Amino acid sequence: MKTLRDVGIGESARVVKVHGQGSIRRRVMDMGITKNVEIFVRKVAPLGDPIEVNLRGYELSLRKDDAEIIEVL
Amino acid sequence: MSVKIAVAGNPNSGKTTLFNALTGSNQYVGNWPGVTVERKEGVLTGHPDVVLVDLPGIYSLSTNSIEEELARDYLLESNPDAIINIVDGTNLERNLYLTTQLAELGIPMVLAINMMDEVEKSGVKIDSKALGNAFGVPVVEISALRETQIDELARVAVQTALTKGHLHPKHRFSGGVEHALGHIEEVALHDHPEHKQRWYAVKLFERNELVEAELGIPADLKAHIEQDIRHIEQEYDDESDSIIASERYDFIESVLERVTARKKAGALSPSDQIDRIVTNRWLALPIFAVIMFAVYYVSVNTVGSHLSDWIKTHLFGQIILSAVSGKLAEWGVAAWLRGLLVDGILAGVGSVLSFLPQMVVLFLFLSLLEYSGYMARVAFIMDRMFRKFGLSGKSFIPMLIGSGCGVPAIMAARTIENENDRRMTVITTSFIPCGAKLPVIAMIAEAFFGGRGWVAFGAYFLGIAAVVISGIILKKTPLFKGEAAPFVMELPAYRLPSLKSILITTWDRVSSFVKKASTIILLAAILLWFVTYFGWVDGRFQMLERAQIDNSIVAAFGNLIAWFFKPLGWGEWRPVVAALSGLVAKETVVTSFGIFYGFSEAAEAGHNAWAGLRANFTPLTGASFLVFVLLSAPCIAAISSIRQEMNSSKWTAFAVGYMSLVGYMTALVIFQIGTWLQTGFSFWTGIALGYIALVLWLMLRPAPTAERAPRIAKKEA
Repeated sequence: MKTLRDVGIGESARVVKVHGQGSIRRRVMDMGITKNVEIFVRKVAPLGDPIEVNLRGYELSLRKDDAEIIEVL
Repeated sequence: MSVKIAVAGNPNSGKTTLFNALTGSNQYVGNWPGVTVERKEGVLTGHPDVVLVDLPGIYSLSTNSIEEELARDYLLESNPDAIINIVDGTNLERNLYLTTQLAELGIPMVLAINMMDEVEKSGVKIDSKALGNAFGVPVVEISALRETQIDELARVAVQTALTKGHLHPKHRFSGGVEHALGHIEEVALHDHPEHKQRWYAVKLFERNELVEAELGIPADLKAHIEQDIRHIEQEYDDESDSIIASERYDFIESVLERVTARKKAGALSPSDQIDRIVTNRWLALPIFAVIMFAVYYVSVNTVGSHLSDWIKTHLFGQIILSAVSGKLAEWGVAAWLRGLLVDGILAGVGSVLSFLPQMVVLFLFLSLLEYSGYMARVAFIMDRMFRKFGLSGKSFIPMLIGSGCGVPAIMAARTIENENDRRMTVITTSFIPCGAKLPVIAMIAEAFFGGRGWVAFGAYFLGIAAVVISGIILKKTPLFKGEAAPFVMELPAYRLPSLKSILITTWDRVSSFVKKASTIILLAAILLWFVTYFGWVDGRFQMLERAQIDNSIVAAFGNLIAWFFKPLGWGEWRPVVAALSGLVAKETVVTSFGIFYGFSEAAEAGHNAWAGLRANFTPLTGASFLVFVLLSAPCIAAISSIRQEMNSSKWTAFAVGYMSLVGYMTALVIFQIGTWLQTGFSFWTGIALGYIALVLWLMLRPAPTAERAPRIAKKEA
């Protein structure tokens, strides 16, 4: 399964499904990471984590561990 | 009759600026009951009977944070007459997600599209009338920053509130979901008020356990609904909650396609261009260091400490002091009253006021960092380092400021959204040696270690180690359990903040400190004056001269508890009382030593000054004493800030107790291990080694409960 974590910097991916449970899953969806949305991975923080992505016209940062629950194509 | 209007919106949507524009200075700032989230209320300018409640900034009503819970509970339970939903016009897609949820509550609503000036500049056109029609609510285009259309918004909001009607949400989900929702309303909600049915139906569809319990859905009915949900989930090949989230966004996308028109924008926005540099992989850390150094240098070193010192030593220490004591002597006021006024009250007022310049400067910086959008980048840059210790990337700023003064540092923690992270920061910040601890470090360093260089370095190292170890240990205790805070954070666009908002925020924070903390500090100063300057001479209770301090109440108290500090190597009333006097302000420890061991101000230059100290201390007991002063309970001003930020006596007691325990045990370990090396093993060596083992175990043990539920449901390949 390819996840958002595997998407390289400067690449885009389309969300297939949000896995995981509880508040992290809820939060990810509330922030607009839902089925079929296009996510662009903009950069990684200077210490190597978290990453910054662009979706729905705004910038979002999330940890690589949390990016693992987002299945992409 | 009074009208209540709630202001709701995403973080960074300009909600605070709007609230300030709508209410002016007519605000009351407090806390939501039981938590550390700020609660603001204000009177709508020009409408004296309309009260505005500023809800915490939220992205959703899903209740996965305290802020969301507070907002949801307020909206459901306090029945406001209307909601002003402020949305960022430059970021409509995500902002309108909350709007779809708010609309389902059935409360009349006005949509305020903010930052219209930026929207127009970027070449985007919004057909706000059509947007309003899609949601069934009136829309006002505003700029909170430039205060355009604010009166119009106020007018429309009041008008909407006065209808006392209900909002019937107009957004629809896709056919299958609507069918299921209709069915749920029919079987489970028909005897609830019509305008609330949709909200509950959606929640039941999402299997929200809180709502199921609240409505008291019987098991057979639940099973019946469950069938419906399963059916849809199969049809959509997705889980019900994510179906709803997707469909909300799908609806928004479809609306925006109709109501907005943008010129194909290829170029990066100014904010993106700034961010390319500011959080660039290589430049981010140097830029961060420069900004933090500037904040530190100006607020702690330059303006802050100079003004603070001036207020403390000159204004209060000399000018006012001599004027007042001169007048008092002239009027022949009794000695005890003079003492109370000068040494008690004036000293207390002086110490409160001396915090102010630092605090004002710091809060100006903090609100500038927050409103400009850089604060979110601080968290982005520092997250990796701090999250291991149960802290947030934003904890960096309180820690930095803590090296100047703990009071503003603790208050700076309120920029941290997550409550666990915030509490952890508040508890650990005072471990960092503040400016007032430096004289104590210098005294011990010069008396016993022939210079201050490495001792001072050691003090900072010890402070940082205490923060890190505490973070690792406390994170694993039930106090801080719960899911690890999801770090899914918006990086808002960089914006030039409004001066008015910065000033109002700074004023709110500083004045709330003065109001709440000043009484406590004043009372403490008076109490300390009393116990230091009164005591028994030849069996008679009387007021004391400075030289008679051995006879004071505080000395008697020191004698009573001195045994407790025996294992630390200085179980004698004088150091004990000196350490206690640090509660007023840490530099008082040096003053107390000066009085007890006779090296007051005059002798400060001469080396002989330390003779008294050296006769009573060894380097080892000196080190143990210093460690205790550095790590144990901070001064009363800091404790009262902890009280204010925690908004709970229990947490304050825990914080102070925890710090004192750490200070006591670390000092014990230092003294006992040192004694072991010099004279051999004893019972207390065992205690010290046992404590080290306990700390190591607490640090290394696995977190008792899984920090987070398994990330990926393994049901599919």
